[in-house]
Amino acid sequence: MGLLAFFRRTPATASVAKERLRIIVAQERSARGGPDYLPLLRRELFEVIRKYVNVDPDAIQVNLEREEGQEVLELSVTLPEKKPA
Amino acid sequence: MTEIIVVTSGKGGVGKTTTSASIASGLARRGKKVAVIDFDIGLRNLDLIMGCERRVVYDFVNVIQGESTLKQALIKDKRIESLYVLAASQTRDKDALTQEGVRRVLDDLIADGFDYILCDSPAGIEKGAHLAMYFADRAVVVVNPEVSSVRDSDRILGLLSSKTSRAEKDETKVKEHLLLTRYSPQRVAAGEMMSVDDVKEILGIEVIGVIPESPDVLAASNSGTPVILNAESDVSRAYEDAVSRLLGETLPLRFLEEPKKGFFSRLFGG
Repeated sequence: MGLLAFFRRTPATASVAKERLRIIVAQERSARGGPDYLPLLRRELFEVIRKYVNVDPDAIQVNLEREEGQEVLELSVTLPEKKPA
Repeated sequence: MTEIIVVTSGKGGVGKTTTSASIASGLARRGKKVAVIDFDIGLRNLDLIMGCERRVVYDFVNVIQGESTLKQALIKDKRIESLYVLAASQTRDKDALTQEGVRRVLDDLIADGFDYILCDSPAGIEKGAHLAMYFADRAVVVVNPEVSSVRDSDRILGLLSSKTSRAEKDETKVKEHLLLTRYSPQRVAAGEMMSVDDVKEILGIEVIGVIPESPDVLAASNSGTPVILNAESDVSRAYEDAVSRLLGETLPLRFLEEPKKGFFSRLFGG
């Protein structure tokens, strides 16, 4: 790293890239090979939940787990923190 | 025994054609009989990178549609004995490529005694990309150490394990290799670029080569010479290593470290 480079240094973003990829790749792999209705199911669930609570799309996790011959559809919703009135 | 190798990536512009041209040339220089096929129908480019663009008379689609024989369409390389190019068609008809047609051409090449058939895939996951990988025994997945390229590569790995002839017939799966291109050791050292190990950890497959970022790649494509033939270049050495690994040799990865610099260039960040 030279002097010039030191002064116009760009932040070290490689670790951010790696972390973001690790999450999205894991998520996409779990959806892969699953039934085609999963993305639509996730979207419709999101619509329903949004009628009652204002949550972000990434607060809803729909996972399909395969264990010993049976499949488990797991739904987890992280509710927003209650703001003090 | 013929081996069919697809060079694929999902994302465009990461170096599929550069890699196809160099690996095909490298294998042929070691005495293998090699055919390299451009699957990018409508956007022919391998001919330019191989420097045979003015010798294309018949193409892949002509052969499939019976308008020419395979022999007429195969362009013999002028530098390397035993290297042949099959150009993509410039037709805009996307349905020109059929699974049955591709199978026939590959079967003919196998019957002709080719050792390796390289399939240069188009970007994306449409028909051309699907057919380029469909009959493959092995896959070289070209990836840049950059988020969108890595994600697309993972998508391609998913397709390799489900949408290929080997996957559908429950045969041994397509052997997958990772090839990193445009790698900049300086930027990795500065924490600005993901390292080989980072990419390998995310994608979970073995690395067959790391090609350093270099102006030599553009110079090679400008002149229509596969970059592996530029013996002066580190890019060529890195591709030669990858070819050796494809042939089963075990070699340590090179060009992962920042080249040592002199005092002044260190001071001014040259």
